[in-house]
Amino acid sequence: MRAPRLAWLDRQGRVFLLVLAVMTALVLVLNIAVPAASSLHLSTYTVGLLGKYMCYAMLAMAVDLIWGYCGILSLGHSAFFTLGGYAMGMYLMREIGSRGVYGDPVLPDFMVFLNWKTLPWYWHGFNLFWFAALMVMLVPGVLALVFGWLAFRSRVTGVYLSIITQALTYALMLAFFRNDMGFGGNNGFTDFKDILGFDLTHETTHLTLFLVTAVMLGLSYGVCRYIVSSRAGRVIRAIRDAESRARFIGFRVESYKLWAFVFSAVLAGIAGSLYVPQVGIINPSEFQPVNSIEVVIWVAVGGRGTLYGAVVGALLVNLAKTFFTSALPELWLYALGALFVLVTLFLPRGVMGLAGHFKRRHSRPAAGVA
Amino acid sequence: MSLIRLRTAGTTLGICLILACLGGLRPAAAAGSDLPTALNRLPGASFEDKANIIRDLTQSHPKGARELLQALLEGHVAVRDSDKHVFIVSDDPAGYALTDPLTGRAAGTGATDDFDTVSMNNHLRKSLRAALAQFDLGSPEAAVRAAAVTEMLRSIDESTATILKGQLAHESDAGVRRLIKEGLAMADLDDDVPAPRRLAAIHMLSGSLSPDVYNRLGTLADPGSDTDPAVRRAAVRAMAHIDAWRSFYHAIETLFFGFSLGSVLVLSAIGLAITFGVMGVINMAHGELMMLGAYTVYVMQLILPGHPGASTLLAVPAAFLISGGVGILIERGVVRFLYGRPLETLLATFGISLILQQLARDVFTANNRPVESPPWMSGLWQINGALSITYNRLVIVIFTLAVFAALLMILKRTRLGLEVRAVAQNRAMARAMGIRSQWVDAMTFGLGSGIAGVAGVALSQLTNVGPNLGQSYIVDSFMVVVFGGVGNLWGTLIGGMSLGIVNKILEPYAGAVLGKIIVLIALILFIQRRPRGIFPQKGRAAEA
Repeated sequence: MRAPRLAWLDRQGRVFLLVLAVMTALVLVLNIAVPAASSLHLSTYTVGLLGKYMCYAMLAMAVDLIWGYCGILSLGHSAFFTLGGYAMGMYLMREIGSRGVYGDPVLPDFMVFLNWKTLPWYWHGFNLFWFAALMVMLVPGVLALVFGWLAFRSRVTGVYLSIITQALTYALMLAFFRNDMGFGGNNGFTDFKDILGFDLTHETTHLTLFLVTAVMLGLSYGVCRYIVSSRAGRVIRAIRDAESRARFIGFRVESYKLWAFVFSAVLAGIAGSLYVPQVGIINPSEFQPVNSIEVVIWVAVGGRGTLYGAVVGALLVNLAKTFFTSALPELWLYALGALFVLVTLFLPRGVMGLAGHFKRRHSRPAAGVA
Repeated sequence: MSLIRLRTAGTTLGICLILACLGGLRPAAAAGSDLPTALNRLPGASFEDKANIIRDLTQSHPKGARELLQALLEGHVAVRDSDKHVFIVSDDPAGYALTDPLTGRAAGTGATDDFDTVSMNNHLRKSLRAALAQFDLGSPEAAVRAAAVTEMLRSIDESTATILKGQLAHESDAGVRRLIKEGLAMADLDDDVPAPRRLAAIHMLSGSLSPDVYNRLGTLADPGSDTDPAVRRAAVRAMAHIDAWRSFYHAIETLFFGFSLGSVLVLSAIGLAITFGVMGVINMAHGELMMLGAYTVYVMQLILPGHPGASTLLAVPAAFLISGGVGILIERGVVRFLYGRPLETLLATFGISLILQQLARDVFTANNRPVESPPWMSGLWQINGALSITYNRLVIVIFTLAVFAALLMILKRTRLGLEVRAVAQNRAMARAMGIRSQWVDAMTFGLGSGIAGVAGVALSQLTNVGPNLGQSYIVDSFMVVVFGGVGNLWGTLIGGMSLGIVNKILEPYAGAVLGKIIVLIALILFIQRRPRGIFPQKGRAAEA
């Protein structure tokens, strides 16, 4: 490997980051500088929507890292995303303080409603942002560590692993639906007031959150890209292609898989924590197994094993979903179902793979990617 | 017919004889207590007179007396002012519709003002109820006799006790006998009964599981009551005995609930076990194939309205064909291009499941569709006071075992089964031996899907038939397959049943949801220990 600085960031990666930066700037300009009357103006609602999609894109990237590069198909990644979201939600609930309906300075509304007298132990510390931010990464990370350690150590692979990850998120969903878990039961958390003192109903706060999400997306891409092009990244790909061979050569397959899995879970948790303040609600239905499977299809649509493909897939599918569910709601599930079938049958490398194929055939230099 | 009538007459005679023995106590039991006499005495009778008339009628039991007493109890007996004639009346647009109590025939109508209703008080009503019960003791129907005994036990006294003892002597139905014995023993528990009889009664009742008995013994055993110490000790002992039996039957009931939940799990997982086990294909649309089966029942009942039993039975083969057909379409259209790529198959079949769900929503709307239960599946089998089993659960358990046996036969005894097993063990070798593996794949997928449809028929009787029916079972059924071990039907059976039983055992301690979570976590841990299930597939194929 010739080694100029940033060698790990290949040409496609640079193009992706450039496009991301330009798009983000464009969105902000179209919202702030273009007058509301103009047809080019982007409403703050649309910006919020795009911010939400970028959180999904981060989640998709986390899935791509372990599926596309390590061959672990997790059908429970929404669980990590939602746990991160819940950790952030707990902070936001504590931020409400005495402004809740019942006006209790410490207890969130739902606890007052359930006649709880004191704050459960696991809610302490969430009044501090840094603690919540730590938990956003720690909770999904530790869960992934324990789960992955158990699973990889006993060599649970392939569809078996997929199914038990699905069971994991299903069990969490059932647990969080219970009122006595102390996480608001099926209503979850909502009615947030502000984050770090900034009013969540304010437009500027939303635009800032959008910007933060875009920056985090770019950063995570950079980190993921760095990981996959490192030596460890190559071992991980070797494991995907021939696990037994990698083991016989002498690599600790379980450790590599475990750390990839944990990192991916942490990434998903961060995505969830960015998602919650923008959407304004978090509830146990986010744990539904279906959500996790949908993430997998975003990755498949975009193209596995490219990282930016996951981002493109998440944006494309979610834009289509928004369009369909408002214009032709009854057709959305047909479209999504057909997408699953057609992509697996005809586009095993996703849209990006198709683009690459097209490019090679016409052997022209690439224009934009997104 | 005539035998029954003889028996009835005999019973009546028995009661009369017994009452005649008690005659000394009852001077009013005079001659001439036939129906016309009674009817003559009724107009203008005081409450005391009425009591006598009722007793006389009960003793002599003339034809038509039961109807008259029933009408008296309901306040439907009235005297015509003009001629003091007694009629059984019922409401009519013209006032009263009249029935002659002597003949039982309609006797025209009359204005309400022309009649005086024969009034009753609570004391009379009580004795009327007892009297009617006494009549019913002679009924040939055990259920009627049982109801009569229950009614008599409600207001038991010396005379009814005697009658019940008489009934016991020739009662043939075991249930009614037990009812009488228990009732008499309960009466013997009262404070004014001498201690030896009370002790004997407690001893007798210690075998009973009726909640009434348990509550009565509880008051006797209460240390605060002023019961005779010996009686109290006996009552405590009897309660401990009953408690032991109750917990025993409770355990049996839990076991049965576990079996019935396990049957549902086995039914939904067994089709999956075939496609997953034999072909290594994860069929995420499996739940939706069950949903199709459930909708088949609904459609069948629309085609054959009013015959819930026949239509449900017909739905079993129909659902097998429909779901099996859809399964073969899925296999030929999608799955066969993805062999060897299980993760892709999983995604593609998930897409199909979304399409099928939306299709169901468009055809049958998003609401749940009503499905009737066949008459032989509704109701309760009350085995004793502590144990009852609902018929629908029982039928599902039997149905599951039947489906399992049929599937086992297909796999072990038919040509198709032989080929399926051959392909599962070694595809290349099977092909070399001339087996058309593509055809076998299609048939296997069709068989697994057909079984899913049949499972859907059973589920339609237990849960709501709606577009989301399949989704709620898919995680569970995967768990069963993984737990039981892939490619082994016995594993699926044992896995499903044990999961069902464990779930039901945990439920009372942890609640339904937490119980399920515990089971899921236990399963995740179990997979770590035995990554290939209870019965792992052996041989070279397992490593592929």
